[in-house]
Amino acid sequence: MATYTDDPRIVEFDVRTDEMLVNMGPQHPSTHGVLRLVLRTDGEIVSEVQCHLGYLHRCAEKIGENLTPRQWIPYTDRMDYLAAMNMNLGWSLAVEKLLKYELPPKAKHLRVIIAELGRIASHLVGMGAYGLDLGTFSPFLYAFREREKLLDLFEEVCGARLTYSYLTPGGATADLPQGWLQKVEAFLKQFEPVIAEYHALLTTNSIFIKRTCGIGVLPPEMAINYGCTGPMLRGSGIDHDLRRDGEARYTDMYDGYAFEVIAQKNGSYPRDHVYPAVPPEAVLGDCWHRFYVRMLEVVQAIDLVRQGMERYSTTPGDWGQPIKLSTKLPKGEAYLETECPRGQMGFYLVSDGSAIPWRVRARSSCFCNLSVASELCHGCLIADVPAIIGSVDIVMGEIDR
Amino acid sequence: MSGEDFVARLKKRFGAKIAGANLQGVDPWIEVTPDGLVEVGEYLKAEPDLRFDMLNCISGVDYFEPDAKKASKAEWQPHIEVVYHLSSIAQKHTLVLKVILPRWKNNQPGQLPEVPSVTGVWRAAEWHEREVYDLSGIMFLGNPDLRRILCPEDWVGYPLRRDYEMPLEYHGIRGR
Repeated sequence: MATYTDDPRIVEFDVRTDEMLVNMGPQHPSTHGVLRLVLRTDGEIVSEVQCHLGYLHRCAEKIGENLTPRQWIPYTDRMDYLAAMNMNLGWSLAVEKLLKYELPPKAKHLRVIIAELGRIASHLVGMGAYGLDLGTFSPFLYAFREREKLLDLFEEVCGARLTYSYLTPGGATADLPQGWLQKVEAFLKQFEPVIAEYHALLTTNSIFIKRTCGIGVLPPEMAINYGCTGPMLRGSGIDHDLRRDGEARYTDMYDGYAFEVIAQKNGSYPRDHVYPAVPPEAVLGDCWHRFYVRMLEVVQAIDLVRQGMERYSTTPGDWGQPIKLSTKLPKGEAYLETECPRGQMGFYLVSDGSAIPWRVRARSSCFCNLSVASELCHGCLIADVPAIIGSVDIVMGEIDR
Repeated sequence: MSGEDFVARLKKRFGAKIAGANLQGVDPWIEVTPDGLVEVGEYLKAEPDLRFDMLNCISGVDYFEPDAKKASKAEWQPHIEVVYHLSSIAQKHTLVLKVILPRWKNNQPGQLPEVPSVTGVWRAAEWHEREVYDLSGIMFLGNPDLRRILCPEDWVGYPLRRDYEMPLEYHGIRGR
């Protein structure tokens, strides 16, 4: 019997789908650095995702065992290079906790200003890059237009545009320059109306809504179980922010500041800012909500910077001198977590009484946030994988350390 | 609840599995024996007034001084610690648990000391345990996927051990 190419049995064989391993990365543009994902796919459906990390492992913890805490500050910069100010802050606070060092009040206000500006700068990249992941280029340019101005401000403070090493144990390396606060105010005035543009470009964009709503839903119990923090956790509707709930040494900084934790409570987000409404397709804990929490945090950060500037300019006293390079650390250990833009960044420090710590450990927020990705991608389409990984907003420098 | 009361409560419940506590330091900690770790973890997570539902971090700390002169002055015997930092989202409090292990199982260099995995209690433990295994060389029994995570899979040695020596050569790349 002759067989023809249109024989149903042959057609059946040709379109037969088979399990296939697809390698994504490490140089894939939407993996935010060098993350390699191995997807097990059946047709378009992803059944398993395996993350391979370590391409950016620079042994920061091992290096930390050979340097004094102040010398290690530049290494914290290079972990989360998009929010280096916040990383400096986390490490400084952990060292100060071990030293039982008391900061002057003015230094705390300075840190709030700097940390919140850092949060804006980081979320701008997070937003712009998320647009890139989903195939739209313009939001990235809009985000960098504003970030550029912020980096100019940071450059004026410490001379660097990316790896600042500005906040150190004891305070900061220098005071804010003369007339800098006016420049920040001018920036904020110009920045505030621009946020509506971002919302028009992404948040309310119907393609964006279709790509993100109901995709990668993270239930709150799973988020906690996997140790997810930051916008990941709050995007799932859990009211938890270390700026309010953290350790006294950290919450002290925000003592007296008026702010609400950005998380959906009783079906609505805190109503203190103007923002577009949640689309009906969105499910709590999906990519859209995670993105939205970041956008609202930008608005909140503007408010906190303003409050910080007012307090900073009216508080008398010193801005906080850095500790000596060779300061001896007391015997013991300290662990402290801070609310970085991407989640809770923890630093753990063990000392044997010398100036060089015995052990340094960095608990990375993205590390835990990424570990849930394989769970989120289970059963999604291949095209949704970048949408999910992008909504986690990872920085590989922080994951691999 | 004060530290002493809390330790007394755990001791009453778990007896000798709570091996000790240090309540003086900056961060007070409680020591648990390896065989009691999972049990204690489940209790801490389930108890309504504790609710330690989040595992923040697992770290391995190696106490060993390769320099014999300095080692004689050290206040501790060589050992390795696994430190668990826990916190509660519901109750807003934190806790530090420690498991203290010999540096090598049965004092045979090369044989990794063993701890039961807490992946069943907190899923966050899976990757953290992989990292501690990778860098500090501790075997987590029961971890579903205990492979190296940051170093390449064919890497030799555990870099965060104090007596670690950088390999001379790795796939034709000079190490030292």
